[in-house]
Amino acid sequence: MALLAYSIRRILMLIPVLVGMSIIVFSIIRAIPGDPALTILGEKATPQALADIREALGLNNPWYIQYFDYMKDVLSGNLGESLQTNAPISDEIMPYLAATTELTIVSMLIAVFIGVNAGILSAWKQNSWFDYCAMLIALVGVSIPIFWLGLMEQWVFAQELKWLPSVGRDDSRNPVEAITHFYILDTMVAGRWDQLWEVIKHLILPGIALGTIPMAIIARITRSSMLEVMRADYVRTARAKGLAQFWVVYKHALKNAMIPVLTVIGLQTGLLLGGAVLTETIFGWPGVGRYIVTAIGNRDYPVIQSGILVIATIFVLINLLVDLLYAYIDPRIKYR
Amino acid sequence: MKKRVLSATMTSLVALAMLIAGCSSTPTTKAPAEQSKTETPATTTEPAKTGPKQLIVGRGADTKGLDPITQTDGETFKVTENIMDTLVGFADGSTELAPSLAEKWEVTPDGLVYTLKLRSGVKFHDGTDFNAEAVKYNFERWSDKSHPQHAPEGFEYYVSQFGGYKGDATHIIKSVEAVDPTTVKFTLNRPLAPFLANLAMSPFAIGSPEALKKNVKKFNEHPIGTGPFKFVEWKHNDTITLEKNPDYWVQGYPKLDKLVFKVIPENTARLTALTSGEIDLMDGLNTDDIPAVKGNKDLQLFLRPTNNIGYIGFNVEKKPLDNPKVREAIAYAINKPEIVTAFFDGVGEPAVNPMPKTMWGHNNDIKDREFNLDKAKQLLAEAGHPNGFKIKFWAMPVPRPYMPEGVKIAEAIQQDLKKIGVDAEIVTMEWATYLEKTRLGEQEMFMLGWTGDNGDPDNFLTVLLDKNSIGSNNYSRWANEEAHQLMMKAQSTPDQAEREKMYKQVQEIIFKDVPMVPLAHSTPALAGKANIVDYNPHPKGSESLEKVDFK
Repeated sequence: MALLAYSIRRILMLIPVLVGMSIIVFSIIRAIPGDPALTILGEKATPQALADIREALGLNNPWYIQYFDYMKDVLSGNLGESLQTNAPISDEIMPYLAATTELTIVSMLIAVFIGVNAGILSAWKQNSWFDYCAMLIALVGVSIPIFWLGLMEQWVFAQELKWLPSVGRDDSRNPVEAITHFYILDTMVAGRWDQLWEVIKHLILPGIALGTIPMAIIARITRSSMLEVMRADYVRTARAKGLAQFWVVYKHALKNAMIPVLTVIGLQTGLLLGGAVLTETIFGWPGVGRYIVTAIGNRDYPVIQSGILVIATIFVLINLLVDLLYAYIDPRIKYR
Repeated sequence: MKKRVLSATMTSLVALAMLIAGCSSTPTTKAPAEQSKTETPATTTEPAKTGPKQLIVGRGADTKGLDPITQTDGETFKVTENIMDTLVGFADGSTELAPSLAEKWEVTPDGLVYTLKLRSGVKFHDGTDFNAEAVKYNFERWSDKSHPQHAPEGFEYYVSQFGGYKGDATHIIKSVEAVDPTTVKFTLNRPLAPFLANLAMSPFAIGSPEALKKNVKKFNEHPIGTGPFKFVEWKHNDTITLEKNPDYWVQGYPKLDKLVFKVIPENTARLTALTSGEIDLMDGLNTDDIPAVKGNKDLQLFLRPTNNIGYIGFNVEKKPLDNPKVREAIAYAINKPEIVTAFFDGVGEPAVNPMPKTMWGHNNDIKDREFNLDKAKQLLAEAGHPNGFKIKFWAMPVPRPYMPEGVKIAEAIQQDLKKIGVDAEIVTMEWATYLEKTRLGEQEMFMLGWTGDNGDPDNFLTVLLDKNSIGSNNYSRWANEEAHQLMMKAQSTPDQAEREKMYKQVQEIIFKDVPMVPLAHSTPALAGKANIVDYNPHPKGSESLEKVDFK
């Protein structure tokens, strides 16, 4: 019961968060220098044409009217139309979102798998050479510029070793036919195993580049959380019972140590979703980050606004999910 | 009980995480690896000989829209030129006019009536006929604001090249008549010397009227023309795929079966993709990478004939830059040869005038100022600034073919300016903002450039420095009446020799008054696989790839 009440409370709290977020996004967009009407029409626009397009876009209305009009549309599932392509943003954003989500999931799988295990081993073998090495790598990992890492990966694995492709989501000579725009799914549905392999190969280098920072963070959090838990009485008891160290670590200590790690995983996933611009740029990945950055360059207000709103909403939802999971795992949280 | 559930959840969660991670890294890599091994001979080697001939072109940015008349950016034309043809064309690799959809043309001596003889038997990709009516339809769509397929935001290039729309006092085209299916007659309100060159510009490619009438919005996503390739698919920000038009009106072309334009924003990553064989051709090669391309036997270097100018401009409306002596002093303090050597890696040459040296009308008699700091100081003293002054110097935030490394070049100039007492603070900002603010005249000293569209001096001098271009591309905001009169007169003089004289005079005025310091003309570098043949980069920055083939 308590869990249900907490969940409902937590979900209701989303409303003010989302409203606040939409207001912030809406006002930040309007702080970008430059006149969208002029950007759309170009340098040789007549004053009349400028006035017409301002009227058509509602740019003449007070900002709160513009905001309410916009929110009305958003709530009915209409994210507006791109000024650049005249296409509905809700359609246009899907392939980009799918591309970014696919990359994010792969990056997080890499990050969680390596990060958690490295953290556990480091804690287990505290102060060993493995611990020192892993933590040194983690330290480098958080501070390494993605830009540099990406280019190095491409140089080593694509150019020199020719093991992996360097750019894009698929082989342009054998392109994937998009159905859901999640290429792993699409190729499996189509039964194109050769293409699936290509898609996976294309995911590896950007996945590592994007996953490095969360991997390092997860490793460090896991390690410190494990160390703390391993000092707890129940772990000592388990050890005293003569249980093998492996079981002590993986069965008894890990489950409690995972709680803070879960939070970090949730936060990092959200961050990756929106913050993948650099990776997407280096790897020519047609993701949502680049979609928004291109829109900023074009002063495509509706796309910037709706794009950020969509990403922010996903971020909030992931956090919600983590919180609920967290409450489910650790009953104490409900009384917060 | 609860504890059980908790521990079960936790363990299964961790197990699941590891399982998923484990699964994705081990079994999947194994199984398809085996598969790919068995399949490699079948998929890659064999069809490479018998299968479709594909060319993958890597480039820095996506096309904005595929209806060329609605666009002004080069990335758009790189694609549309392969799908749609213009009435008049350019010769390979030069800006000399050549027949295209129009086989030949006649101009009346007064320069007012152009009669174009169209090719017969040409069909659009949707199977409809290309004829004089189709040409007329396209021009009506562009020029008439009340036309149902006219874009509400207008057509920028139409306005700039043909002086406005139907009914405007400045509109150049009086009428377009379809005399018979293969003859179209243009009557002008006043002579426009670069008229045919304008017709050859990519935005004025002829689209299928049927397709435009059916859905003009869709046309922007799925263009239909008469060109060598047909549109297939556009994955935004990723690839645009075209396929061979088997009914193309030029016999024996195109050579390729499939043409793919792939977006790879990072120049270095694009070169990696080329080296590793993911793409076949790329533009925007970093000048630093030229030696690497030359040293790689699998690659070849292409240089695009120069048709651009990179310059340092002065906003002549702002003090102290309103004084020509100050501007001249700065011109003396810019070490052009050294900048070109240091930053253009052998693919650029110092510029004297604001138009390329290869273009007709370039004034070769003007002798450039030499780098001379003493002379600069003396001029500054004469202008009343013996101790120099402070100034904001806007540097380009993005590399462009005409300005590979804006900020670094600005820093080099900054060092020399310091020696004459001018304290230049380098300012930079996001590119769209940069363009917008310079257009509004917020800058003092700045850097920018221009790539020509049609091989006519008008397209450089008038665009960049005519007083009517203030607020658009005359970022120096230089309004010189004498130069303006000359440029306007040259625009409506049909005789090229006459025009040449006038443009040379204009260049003299510009040189004397120094609204800008022309810095360099570059030859943009491209790279491709060594087995590519018959690729001829066109000076205007984009070209149709119908002749390109593999050895």
